[in-house]
Amino acid sequence: MSQTPDAAARVVDLTLAQSSASSDSSAPPIEVHDLTVAYQTRPVLWDVDLTLPEGKLIAIVGPNGAGKTTLLKAVVDLISPAAGWVRIYGKPYRQQRHLVAYMPQRTSVDWDFPTSVLDVVLMGTYGRLGWFRRPGRAERSLARRCLERVGIANLARRQISELSGGQQQRVFLARALAQEARIYLMDEPFAGVDATTERAIIQLLRQLRDSGRTVVAVHHDLQSIPEYFDWVVLLNLRLIAAGPVADVFTPANLQRTYGGQLKILTQAAEALLRREEGRP
Amino acid sequence: MSWLPEGIVLQGLAILGTTCGTVGCFALLRRQNLLADTLAHAALPGICAAYLLTGDKDLPVLLLGAAVSGTLGVWLVLAIVQTSRLKQDAALGIVLSTFFAGGLLLLTYLQNFPDGNQAGLNTFIYGQTAYLREEHVRWMLGISVVLLSVVAVFYKEFKLVCFDPDYAQTLGLRRRVLEFLLAMLLVLTVLISLRSVGVVLTVGLLTAPAATARQWTNRLGSMIVLAAVIGVACSWLGAVWSQNVPLTPAGPAIVLTASVVMLGSLLLAPQRGVLAAWLRQLAHRRRVRLENLLTDFYRLNEVRHDWEQPRNLVELAEVRGQPEEVVRRTLHDLEDAGLVVETDDGWRLTQQGLQEAARIVRTHRLWELYLSRRLDLAADHTHRDAEAMEHALTPELVAELESALENPETDPQGKPIPRGKPLSENQEGS
Repeated sequence: MSQTPDAAARVVDLTLAQSSASSDSSAPPIEVHDLTVAYQTRPVLWDVDLTLPEGKLIAIVGPNGAGKTTLLKAVVDLISPAAGWVRIYGKPYRQQRHLVAYMPQRTSVDWDFPTSVLDVVLMGTYGRLGWFRRPGRAERSLARRCLERVGIANLARRQISELSGGQQQRVFLARALAQEARIYLMDEPFAGVDATTERAIIQLLRQLRDSGRTVVAVHHDLQSIPEYFDWVVLLNLRLIAAGPVADVFTPANLQRTYGGQLKILTQAAEALLRREEGRP
Repeated sequence: MSWLPEGIVLQGLAILGTTCGTVGCFALLRRQNLLADTLAHAALPGICAAYLLTGDKDLPVLLLGAAVSGTLGVWLVLAIVQTSRLKQDAALGIVLSTFFAGGLLLLTYLQNFPDGNQAGLNTFIYGQTAYLREEHVRWMLGISVVLLSVVAVFYKEFKLVCFDPDYAQTLGLRRRVLEFLLAMLLVLTVLISLRSVGVVLTVGLLTAPAATARQWTNRLGSMIVLAAVIGVACSWLGAVWSQNVPLTPAGPAIVLTASVVMLGSLLLAPQRGVLAAWLRQLAHRRRVRLENLLTDFYRLNEVRHDWEQPRNLVELAEVRGQPEEVVRRTLHDLEDAGLVVETDDGWRLTQQGLQEAARIVRTHRLWELYLSRRLDLAADHTHRDAEAMEHALTPELVAELESALENPETDPQGKPIPRGKPLSENQEGS
């Protein structure tokens, strides 16, 4: 007799746990529906419909002014769309912030700000801390571990204006890691970094992917896309195509994304694909 | 009359300096100093209007008027930027001058008022510390305590929203609320300082202590504390100056003191100062001078592989294209560093000098080779660039060059690239 209510309670518990962790397995990590964004009256994103899969390394690609950054910003609710909506695991971003880490472009902040590397990484914990609470010992040790993961633990006390471009990018990456999120949105993580840093960053992104995280990065170098990414989103004001690299990263699609402006690069990409697939 | 201002004045100025220093740091980091200036100027018509409407000269009434018109001015700036094609600096300039002009007009009008007694209102233009009364200071203290508590409570949030507002918003911090709070801090700080420093000069006390503090520290927390201390110190010094030198109004004295301290810090601060940068530049030039002469020895002796051969002043001066005097000085510097010795026939490299010379020549030739291979530059175009780079490349970069070039033997002109390690044994034997 007493077993039935217990079992019922357990079922309720389970659903609660599921909804609070927001890991509703049916909902995709990011779903963009009919999204249109306009600055003043000029549209910068037009009617984008997009569903991104879980646990993949995803590149957003397109020419300058194609709306790549705008798309990321719309996903994290920095820009309110003129029409359409975005869902994170089936819910609005506001309810799901704790699952998403956003990494802005490195050049978007003033690196002469009076603060240390460790302090910047600690900022990644502010969302969890909430108002008024200061980061404590647990946050500090987390921040140090994140710095270790990006390979600059030795720079923790350094003033941020003394960093090179690659080191700045690593600091931002460590800050995103400190959020312990399930989705990572990165605006040009490879921009202006040296070859060593690029290798370190891609290795880290792969680790994140392999542990089930979804990683979305705005990327510029078409040549490295087949090597680095599983999925690609081709964007030029509209969504041109989105899907696994092997299906979508085709010369025809690149031609449609970039118009005539990048013949050489599309040819290079074609050559690369040919070699990857072992075609003559 | 004592040389020291009254106690109540000193108290008021301490509150003023602390608040301006603290809030000034956030204004500086958010680049809102001109906004603060506009705010202060735009307060003047509000002060006059408040008096005109109420006939009351109580500080709270006047400051309420100041707050209303100051806020209106800032709101107008934002509205102009949003609705027209004017940029922010133009909008600031227009609003500042318009409101200030209106304030001056009202002041003149009040002067000719039948019951006359407008005396005191025009002290709001340049400030007047001598008129600080106990009730003023009580008001200032109240406002200041509220301001500083807000900063203490929201320190973490303010810091993040100043550094990276977009990111703060994605974390769920209420960016609009925080920015509004920071703007209110600025408004209240300006109100506190209007009585003593005046609408024209308030921006000076907001900016100079914060900019000074930034020169001496790299942490926001210590920058705020330091700015507050500097704010108090400069206010007191300015007040003492004003008290003891006839015809010196307090506002200008305080702001000039703060400016002198700032100027000194811009020049003298250990890392960020102009002097430090200049000394670093000088040290680098000296190093370049020494290293260049060392490599001259190397290149001259390279022809016959006779590394011990002495060289005299005349030929060294000719190769370097410098007056003998300069070369002689450089040689003495090299001697002090143990890199050359003077012999009967001139100057000769020591073992240490030879190794150092080989290292620099090696860097130079590696860089030349890299440029000509990777960028397809003509061999005769690479020398000048390498001349600059040989002094700047770090050992790690040199190692990376080496592996990128697969340990080359000769430079683009076919000259051998000296090995990194024991060079004298290797090459003297050959």
